[in-house]
Amino acid sequence: MRLHFCHVLAATAALLWTPLATAADITGAGATFPYPIYAKWADRYHKETGTRLNYQSIGSGGGIKQIRAGTVDFGASDKPLTLEELEKNGLTQFPTVLGGVVPITNLEGVEEGQVKLTGKVLADIFLGKIKRWNDASIAALNEGIVLPASNIAIVHRADGSGTTFLFTDYLSKVSPEWKTKVGAATSVAWPTGTGGKGNEGVANFVKRIKNSIGYVEAAYVKQNKLHYVQLQNLAGHYVLPTEASFRASAANAEWDKDSGFYEILTDKPGSGSWPITGATFILMHKSQSKPAQAMQVLKFFEWAYAHGNDMALELDYIPLPDNLVALIKTSWETNIKGKDGRAIYTASE
Amino acid sequence: MPKIISTAKLKRQQLLDQLFQKTTWFFTVIVLVLLAVLVGSLVVGSLPTIKAFGFGFLISSEWNPVTEQFGALVPIVGTLVTAIIALSIGIPVSFGIALFLTELSPPWLRRPLGTAIELLAGIPSIIYGMWGLFVFAPFFANTAQPWLQNTLGDLPGIGFLFEGAFMGIGMLAAGIILAIMVIPFIAAVMRDVFEIVPSMLKESAYAFGATTWEVIWNVVLPYTKSGVIGGIMLGLGRALGETMAITFVIGNAHQLHASLFMPGNSIASALANEFTEADGELYTSALIELGLILFFITFVVLACSKLLLLQLKKREGATT
Repeated sequence: MRLHFCHVLAATAALLWTPLATAADITGAGATFPYPIYAKWADRYHKETGTRLNYQSIGSGGGIKQIRAGTVDFGASDKPLTLEELEKNGLTQFPTVLGGVVPITNLEGVEEGQVKLTGKVLADIFLGKIKRWNDASIAALNEGIVLPASNIAIVHRADGSGTTFLFTDYLSKVSPEWKTKVGAATSVAWPTGTGGKGNEGVANFVKRIKNSIGYVEAAYVKQNKLHYVQLQNLAGHYVLPTEASFRASAANAEWDKDSGFYEILTDKPGSGSWPITGATFILMHKSQSKPAQAMQVLKFFEWAYAHGNDMALELDYIPLPDNLVALIKTSWETNIKGKDGRAIYTASE
Repeated sequence: MPKIISTAKLKRQQLLDQLFQKTTWFFTVIVLVLLAVLVGSLVVGSLPTIKAFGFGFLISSEWNPVTEQFGALVPIVGTLVTAIIALSIGIPVSFGIALFLTELSPPWLRRPLGTAIELLAGIPSIIYGMWGLFVFAPFFANTAQPWLQNTLGDLPGIGFLFEGAFMGIGMLAAGIILAIMVIPFIAAVMRDVFEIVPSMLKESAYAFGATTWEVIWNVVLPYTKSGVIGGIMLGLGRALGETMAITFVIGNAHQLHASLFMPGNSIASALANEFTEADGELYTSALIELGLILFFITFVVLACSKLLLLQLKKREGATT
């Protein structure tokens, strides 16, 4: 039914759009997390070039379905597709911006960034094994801080989300028990806790419920003045969730264009890496029946990589490192081709 | 000559009549076709989970998108429990409101009060949800929940309903928000039907020395019972299908708890939350089957109300 509905919607949208649209308009659909930055880029790009981008933030799952059905020029997903999934559908993917996921707490008498947690302890908390804040395993990491002798209230996302995917992927990597009992996905069977709708919902519940812990997209920590924690990364260092630590995580990943940039930036090496970071991805068909249209899409992202970094930072997204952008551009040349087999993209700058 | 003209005119009118009849008939058929297509696509969409889990889907409380194990028990229970809470609060309050407005209120107050209630019915549900989360939940957690636990929590038999931490969100909070949302609907319908009771009937009863309550219970209610039940069903329909307000305050956890303080989930809320990011055939299909179940519940509720009305009619014949 969903598919039908989407088709109808797309058809209606197309009908309504046709008289207004020029040939250069590009369409995309998918992830909600990068919507604000895509919208901002689109607005600026339209002013500079006259090309409009129509991006519908219908969710990653919807984005994948839409690009498979070919109703949009590109799809967007917070969760990268594996090479196998990409090959099966004739798709290619590349990252656009980075973001971090941050555990947040509501503890009386504790300053922000004071509480230190390891991945293992975080997993045990969310598994419901560590029930109280004054548990010995938390106290051992936090000498000198008095944590309340009360139950830990757990808050998680109620809706399916890329944020949840990154968070559970991290917990799966650091805790074998989490991996077998819960696993990693955009929504999981939470062993315990309350679900909030969206980042706002989780942020709000954590603010509301005393002695709670939750996790949100990094941008929300700043906007809502939430109390974040320090996490121990793979190198054994405790790091704070900052732009630098998110960037470090991306810099320490081994991006590989041949695997379709399948890279989840959780638990990455490097002394300064924030352990729960992730990129958001664009999906496109490898074989393009309308090369000119595909070129417009690539031109847009080329422009965004070159001129969009400040806008991204303003909105608390982390731009990609330069070497990665160069790698992405080579992947366009080799992966995205017209029906005649010729590469569509040629570097214009 | 005049006769011929009138025949032609008659014929034309007959044609128009028929055309009108056919058009209305056509519109009715559209609704039926729409209903059939809707049910059909829901059934087709949920085939994968029906095949995979069968009837076990209805009684399993497991909901695990990772291992693709799905069961609808938690959302079904959540939907029914919140609706029951909403109605058990909503019906008496609405009844009181409608009675006051039609029988007891000074005439100058009727209009503004009635308008206020109609306005309440027009507020979008997301507003109720946000109000519930930002205003009601803190109050509920700090004041009402401790009080409930201290008083009702010790009673044998129902004490377990009020166990747990005071979070302000959960099944009970969702039920209360729903009650607030359905009250304007039920109250407005009840008021409208109470108003149509012929004053002759009421005045006769008063003339026999009946008290206000006796008049209401023995004259007004029997006269308007189908309208009253209709109003309640309208409220129940809204309670069952309510999505946004519930999502904000129910806690959205796929867990089964006896306590009403604990978070739960409802069918509509689960659909709203999970549809966008549901990947995989089975996951989507499980959500569609949830929709089908909600459809079925609504159908059963409507059927029951019709049966109830029929029963009442029968008894009416027997006693008088």
